[in-house]
Amino acid sequence: MEYINLVFEEVYKILFLLVPVLVSVAMIVWLDRRVWAFVQKRQGPNVVGPFGLLQSLADALKYIFKEIIIPASSNKIIFILAPIITMTLALIAWAVIPFGEDQVLANINVGILYIFAVSSLGVYGIIMGGWASNSKYPFLGSIRSAAQMVSYEVSIGIIIINVLLCVGSLNLSDIVLAQQNIWFIIPLFPMFVIFFISALAETNRPPFDLPEAEAELVAGYQTEYSGMMYAMFWLGEYANILLMCALGSILFLGGWLSPIDLYPFNLIPGAIWLILKILLLFILFALVKAVVPRYRYDQLMRLGWKIFLPFSLTYVVLTASYLFYFNLLPSL
Amino acid sequence: MKITRFLKTILMVDFVTGLLIALREMFKPKKTINYPFEKGKISPRFRGEHALRRYPNGEERCIACKLCEAVCPAQAITIESAERSDGSRKTTRYDIDMMKCIYCGLCEESCPVDAIVQGPNFEFSTETREELYYTKEKLLDNGDRWENILAANIKSDNPYR
Repeated sequence: MEYINLVFEEVYKILFLLVPVLVSVAMIVWLDRRVWAFVQKRQGPNVVGPFGLLQSLADALKYIFKEIIIPASSNKIIFILAPIITMTLALIAWAVIPFGEDQVLANINVGILYIFAVSSLGVYGIIMGGWASNSKYPFLGSIRSAAQMVSYEVSIGIIIINVLLCVGSLNLSDIVLAQQNIWFIIPLFPMFVIFFISALAETNRPPFDLPEAEAELVAGYQTEYSGMMYAMFWLGEYANILLMCALGSILFLGGWLSPIDLYPFNLIPGAIWLILKILLLFILFALVKAVVPRYRYDQLMRLGWKIFLPFSLTYVVLTASYLFYFNLLPSL
Repeated sequence: MKITRFLKTILMVDFVTGLLIALREMFKPKKTINYPFEKGKISPRFRGEHALRRYPNGEERCIACKLCEAVCPAQAITIESAERSDGSRKTTRYDIDMMKCIYCGLCEESCPVDAIVQGPNFEFSTETREELYYTKEKLLDNGDRWENILAANIKSDNPYR
């Protein structure tokens, strides 16, 4: 009996995290389309619900009622598994994101490694989808995507090392608490910029949306998908984007900490600050989508391997020597 | 020269300028309209859904001369006529296949009595093809519904014809 209670408690906790995340994913899709439309001086979705807020729910309903078409020549098991894996991996990473001092589902001491591992696995969903479709465009798209995500993961990893050098812990809550005096965006600003750009590439957002470049690859790995399976790819993608925004705000923008530790500001609960920071980063994501044209594939690879990687490596050396010289290295 | 270009690249000047322009444009008034609730202005010559008009006393204008049927390039119009008890020639059948119609406006142009006209309505999509075979009743009904606008449009366009 005790055991069952424990299980239920955990299930409630998970639901308490997952339901808001899924709802906010739906809202963020709306926000994305709306910001994009506003930059182009269009109205954007504004009919369903107040300001069109329920647009994503209407879309979801439509996807649910659509027929799921499984190509005859596809590998059916993997074809069905791919969107499930994409979405699951995008959601389980949220387990370690701290929304406050103790408001975290799993306060494991290697949180950042866990996120890194899970987001690396995200490639599998895409490559499985592309391969199992047994069709040209999805295959090409998934190959591109795999190469892109692997290259940018390297530079994200090195950027994270920068932050870890300053913190001395892999626990996300510790990373946030280490920023009580100064947010890492100030000393590590170039790293924040590179992290942001790499996050764009990591989540296949424009200008790095080569895996699904419509002009070249129809819809990339999503070409053969339809109905709810397509929607799950989208959910996974946007959950990943949200996760990257959360990671960015935890690593560089002080997570749940308020910008100024003064009277009216520190009354606001930390979760709200975190959500505001995530929103700010996401609006930046959406603006970039509206502003920048798509990169060519070789430009993308050149940027990842020949610019970001050496630059962030140099910065690691600089940060390390600075901390070492001034005796600021955190005690482990 | 090279150094300025290098600095520009490193500091992402172009990108930041683009972002700022995007931010500025976001708050400018929208160029698009809220379509189903707001509609753009339509010219009096607009060639939309067909209508058969009546005289103010309720008599049909159409005299079954079949000029529109003859001129129709898509052969979408079918007319059958008969003599009425008072000796006037009237249509017994006036069908327009709206799926054949190319909305060229020649029927309206050829009509000597301004009976067949193309109105401002362009929202008449249907769920079945059968509904798009317009009969005389449907066309007359359209004429009654849109008469005010149709008469005003013909009047305002008259000086240019």
